[in-house]
Amino acid sequence: MSDDVDASRRHFLTVATTVTGVAGAALAAAPFLFSLKPSARAEALGAPVELDVSKLDPGAMIKAEWRGKPVWALRRTPAMLDQLVAHDAELRDPASEQEQQPPYAQNEYRSIRPEILVVVGTCTHLGCSPLPRLQPNGEEMGAGWPGGFYCPCHGSKFDLAGRVYKGVPAPLNLLVPPYRFLGESVILVGSDTGSA
Amino acid sequence: MGIGEVSGWDWLGARLHGVREWIDARFPMSKLFREHASEYYAPKNFNFWYYFGALALVVLIVQIVSGIFLTMNYKPSAEEAFASVEYIMRDVEWGWLIRYIHSTGASAFFVVIYLHMFRGLLYGSYRKPRELIWIFGMLIYLSLMAEAFFGYLLPWGQMSYWGATVIVSLFGAIPVIGEGLAEWIRGDFYISDITLNRFFALHVVALPLALVFLVVAHIMALHEVGSNNPDGIEIKDQKGDDGIHPIDGIPFHPYYTVKDLVGFIVFAIIFSAIVFFAPDMGGYFIEHANFEPADPLRTPEHIAPVWYFTPFYAILRAVPDKTFGVILMGLAVFLLFFLPWLDRSPVRSIRYKGWMTKLALGSFAVSFVALGYLGMQPATTVYTNLSRLFTVIYFLFFAAMPFYSRWDNTRPLPDRVRGHD
Repeated sequence: MSDDVDASRRHFLTVATTVTGVAGAALAAAPFLFSLKPSARAEALGAPVELDVSKLDPGAMIKAEWRGKPVWALRRTPAMLDQLVAHDAELRDPASEQEQQPPYAQNEYRSIRPEILVVVGTCTHLGCSPLPRLQPNGEEMGAGWPGGFYCPCHGSKFDLAGRVYKGVPAPLNLLVPPYRFLGESVILVGSDTGSA
Repeated sequence: MGIGEVSGWDWLGARLHGVREWIDARFPMSKLFREHASEYYAPKNFNFWYYFGALALVVLIVQIVSGIFLTMNYKPSAEEAFASVEYIMRDVEWGWLIRYIHSTGASAFFVVIYLHMFRGLLYGSYRKPRELIWIFGMLIYLSLMAEAFFGYLLPWGQMSYWGATVIVSLFGAIPVIGEGLAEWIRGDFYISDITLNRFFALHVVALPLALVFLVVAHIMALHEVGSNNPDGIEIKDQKGDDGIHPIDGIPFHPYYTVKDLVGFIVFAIIFSAIVFFAPDMGGYFIEHANFEPADPLRTPEHIAPVWYFTPFYAILRAVPDKTFGVILMGLAVFLLFFLPWLDRSPVRSIRYKGWMTKLALGSFAVSFVALGYLGMQPATTVYTNLSRLFTVIYFLFFAAMPFYSRWDNTRPLPDRVRGHD
């Protein structure tokens, strides 16, 4: 038996075994780490939803449910759009500076297309669902009401762009979810890149 | 019993001695006991501050035992969790006691750990050669925060739910990977049944295992280098006539086992008083919003974490920018890891340091408590400005330490611990 040890050969084998072992351990860890991602069922339940606004008359709104929350689409009339600029002084965040909308909805109408408003219909105060009070004035809202949304729980008021008024409990404008138009009249809510 | 007969006690003693020898030939039982208790020499000048390490170990055991029994009746699903906690409170025999022990134990854990850490700051216990003891300790603290956070979701009350929502969304503030990371932690797009189930697994299996492992490492590192003491000098430098044992050291057992027993009894009296007379501690240990089941569609009026997280929550809210706030909050904890290298003082203990260190440590302690209070309050302008002031003081303690610890006038160290013999 030889006493000569080939040190470089032994070193190579040690390093090769270590590298293989570490790589194997990393690969074996991957399934466990991936298992923590949203499951197929969670993905399906949280998937983007489609909203068809083709039959939506001017001044009317429809609702859909996305991730357990109501989403509204409102087709605003030219008159509604025109009055949006008239009451900026009464609003908490008229220029939508708080991150309550994707960058493409950070404009005076808080929407991609001026006439179509898409917002999550939960009050930013305590999550109640505000009621549409779209028509100006009216018995309940009193004279001078330009039309908007009213939360029955604690009296928060929002305008027709989902912007919150001053002096009400809600701190933020209504949330505009990520969305995009699929063709002329179908809105995909929940994703601004993929498809449904 | 006549002469030459063996008494029953002698007979039993001989048998037990035999059993011990049998075990010692196969497992180092007596050796471990000698090394870590009867022949572990601890400085004789330990004071009040030295109770809290042993108490932390006691609380860990209390939490593990009470936790095991809670697990037997708790159901980790969004449908059943809240009701199963009510079931434990109302229908399980003594279930209310076991749950209140566990919920009070969570807060007690942080009380003793914060005092234990402050002891380290007072007497420089993190200084060379005890850096690894400190780092293991910090890892225990981090694990404990994770353990408490995961555990707080389990009752599935309103504060459980919204607290977890807020904390997990903090990870969403990290640029680029943030949102994906938050989804990965939740396993869903919002805190859901899936999140509850995995937090349960982490709370009852993963983190307790990590905690026990780290506590063993913490104590092994401590017993390797020996304990620091209020004078911050090495007792090993002054050996007795046998040349082995430090003159100012006394065996941990029986001297400190007995001393710690007294501390434990006082602790147990206070602990029991809370469990029996004020288990929710006026909303500080169990927040009132948590008596309502979780409702993903309704946010509570005022979301505040439990008291032991509020200093860091106050720092988070003090910063106007969300991402920077998250970074600063993380840094507030992370900087503690570097204390052994930030402190350049020639002495360890506050007893021999000058006014600069005393002022720095004093204002650090005040700002920590103040931030803890401010983190519970609504974020008004006055409170936010105060939070900013105390956040600056908090970070100055670390940032300026390399300077004031070196410039400070220190007093000469004694050869032996104060008050010996």
